[in-house]
Amino acid sequence: MASAVAERTTVRTYRDYSRPWWRRALLTREIAIVAAVIGVYVVAAVAVPNFSSPITLTYLMLDIAAILLIALPMTMIIVTGEIDLSVASVVGLSSVTFGTLYQAGLPIPLAMLAALAVGAIAGFINGFLVTVVGLPSLAVTIGTLALFRGLAVGILGTTAVTGFPDAWTDLATSKIPGTPIPSVMIVFVILAIGFGLLLHATPFGRGVFAIGQSSEAARFSGVRVERTKLLLFVASGTIAALAGIYYTLRYGSARGDNATGLELSVIAAVLLGGVSIFGGRGALHGVIAGVFLIGILASALRLANVTSDVINIITGTLLVVSVVSPSLLAWARSSWARHRGNREAAGGTTPAPAVGHANPDAQPSQHKEKEAQ
Amino acid sequence: MSTPVPRVEQRPALLLDRVSKSFGSVMALKSGSLRMESHSIHALIGENGAGKSTLVKIIAGVHQRDAGTVELAGESVNFSNTAQSKDAGIAVIYQEPTLFPDLSVTENIFMGRQPVRGLRGVDRRSMRTQVTALFDQLGVSLDPDRPTRGLSIADQQIVEIAKAISLDARVLIMDEPTAALSGVEVERLFKVARALRDEGRALLFISHRFDEVFDLCDTVTIMRDGEYVATTAIEDTSVDELVRQMVGRDVTTLYPKEPASIGEDVLVVEGLSQRGLFHDVSFSVKSGEIVALAGLVGAGRSEIARAIFGVDDYSSGTVSVNGKAIRKHDPANAMGAGIALVPEDRRNQGVILDSTVARNTTLAIRRSLTKYGLLWPSAENDAARRWASRLEVKTSALDAQAGTLSGGNQQKVVLAKWLATNPTVLIVDEPTRGIDIGTKSEVHRDLSTLAGMGLAIVMISSELPEVLGMADRVLVVHEGRITAELDRDEATPESVMFAATHSKESAA
Repeated sequence: MASAVAERTTVRTYRDYSRPWWRRALLTREIAIVAAVIGVYVVAAVAVPNFSSPITLTYLMLDIAAILLIALPMTMIIVTGEIDLSVASVVGLSSVTFGTLYQAGLPIPLAMLAALAVGAIAGFINGFLVTVVGLPSLAVTIGTLALFRGLAVGILGTTAVTGFPDAWTDLATSKIPGTPIPSVMIVFVILAIGFGLLLHATPFGRGVFAIGQSSEAARFSGVRVERTKLLLFVASGTIAALAGIYYTLRYGSARGDNATGLELSVIAAVLLGGVSIFGGRGALHGVIAGVFLIGILASALRLANVTSDVINIITGTLLVVSVVSPSLLAWARSSWARHRGNREAAGGTTPAPAVGHANPDAQPSQHKEKEAQ
Repeated sequence: MSTPVPRVEQRPALLLDRVSKSFGSVMALKSGSLRMESHSIHALIGENGAGKSTLVKIIAGVHQRDAGTVELAGESVNFSNTAQSKDAGIAVIYQEPTLFPDLSVTENIFMGRQPVRGLRGVDRRSMRTQVTALFDQLGVSLDPDRPTRGLSIADQQIVEIAKAISLDARVLIMDEPTAALSGVEVERLFKVARALRDEGRALLFISHRFDEVFDLCDTVTIMRDGEYVATTAIEDTSVDELVRQMVGRDVTTLYPKEPASIGEDVLVVEGLSQRGLFHDVSFSVKSGEIVALAGLVGAGRSEIARAIFGVDDYSSGTVSVNGKAIRKHDPANAMGAGIALVPEDRRNQGVILDSTVARNTTLAIRRSLTKYGLLWPSAENDAARRWASRLEVKTSALDAQAGTLSGGNQQKVVLAKWLATNPTVLIVDEPTRGIDIGTKSEVHRDLSTLAGMGLAIVMISSELPEVLGMADRVLVVHEGRITAELDRDEATPESVMFAATHSKESAA
């Protein structure tokens, strides 16, 4: 039906992209984080004794595996402009469910399934309160952070369930034969590919970005905003429960207070990885690099006998810088452009080319259409 | 009608002479003139976009005039903000008052100038006595101590008026105060207005309702296209005369819709109602037909469109396309049935400003571009290129951010997004608002072509020339109801305007 619209005299041609592929691929925030990871790793390997040994790498990955897993759905939730602060409490709740049911005599695989189901239900509760009741996710998940943790500690008290079969605990800490890489990373890589494709190469992922950029325009384009968010919260709860199972087996101990405070590490890594806290922007490879950056820094500094307070100060500073830097860059770019305008008007010299993706098309537009009412 | 008021021949309370104002390249007010007398209620009427609100905002000091003179009681004034106009004795009461909801009625009236007593702080007793006296003077009963949250719009306006009187405003401007009021509330407001007139104040009353203008006002000024048309005493004019002066232009040759073969009913809406927004809306649109929903801003046209598309819920009624019922409150379902909506608010509902041209264009059809469930940029770019070139979107590259495009090109992106879905029903809500003339006629040509290809088109427009030029049929919406159905040859500026300002009973 549409062919008749094309009866126009002029034919316009369009370039797909305004910049060459290498600039699009390399001059991004995500690549900057990846470069930082490599840089920090190299410096640490040279400067910190024992850092380059395979065992360090193994422990590093075992330490960050839970964060990596939870960061996958968290990235998507933050891209939609929401947040899930209850993930670490779901880790605890899942750990307790898993441990209690194992203690009650349930076979390990069934106890795992039950723990995953509990995580999914916890995520559904978050999603229901956010999408159906319409409460802000920040408030909802602060509430369920306390609620789920309370349930977890309430069930098991201060005791711990231990004595999991060696076969299972060994599996959690085992390595891929011939490498220093823990087996749990296989699970992570499979999930990361799944989530990466989902976010960046499916209609669902396009909807996720659209919601974060303008949920109203997304709704007017037929994107099922509520359903999408609900699914993401359920995914977040389920993956957090999976991390809870891993956490339990890795330390051989199911406790209500497992992984307390882990949500902050996850969110820090996601933001450090270039995801905008306001939603609508980010990429999964940046987030993964962000988790590694925090993990490598902490591991290297610990090996160099830096105290944990100082490590917290460093990672905290890094996070603040990463959250502030986009605004600072935009400010610098616009004031630089103003400055250049003034100088060119005065017949001055041409300044050096802009660093980063100073693409004229991508300049934040501040048009205000004044409409005659 | 109105009792003859003793008029003291003196300087006008407020005089505006050939005031103009432009925003960028848009001339919102070309030449506004107004002469308000004390002891008098003056009506200001005109179509949407005639420049009434701009004129009021210049008087209030919200905007600063580019040219012309403003005199208050004979003195030339030049307000650079609202505080200055307030100090000079001008009060503006807007359609929706802005009060502090958690503060009491009394505290709102004295906001920012509470009487103080020694070192002990605010003198509540004196405030309360003054407010009680004010309400007595206005003849209204309102509890001075209750918070303003939960007050009806009518009561909130009374609070605003009381505030203005307590400031001893000599000039009161009411911008469409009756739009959200019930009959009884309107009567009370008019009683208050007449009392204020008899005290010697000058009142300006902006309204689209002619019956009210004739009931309340003494003189009337008509504006059109940002220009002053005429001022007459109310007893020397008639509704027909006012409508003619408001519309008064040649509109026949602007946007001729090409004749299309009109087929069967495609979109059928029956008994659609939503409390407080629209009531018992029934109409149908045939293939090849352009049906315009005309009416005043706020009449409920956009709300009807949003309900049909499913973005908003409705309480009763049915919508069907080609005989198939559409599930309510589900845009995805409506899209599946072939409905497309180009929304009113382009920048918030139409395009995603932070996203690229390609992704905006393909957002609604993204599911059909997948291969093995995956969606790659090449598929998006191909589809986007096809639609961008058909609609002649002016952009450097497909990955340019939509926010960097001009308004007209953003609107083309929105149109492209919806044409890509291959719709059978296209609803366009103010399709050419804020768009330059050239792009405007391109949009009109596209709509005409699409109707020629058999689409059923619903066009909401506040611009009479657009409605009259494009529509095969005009449905006039007034206060949430369809008050008139006019065929192309019956639709004239006068008939549409008359139906848009009258409820059904009086229009019949």
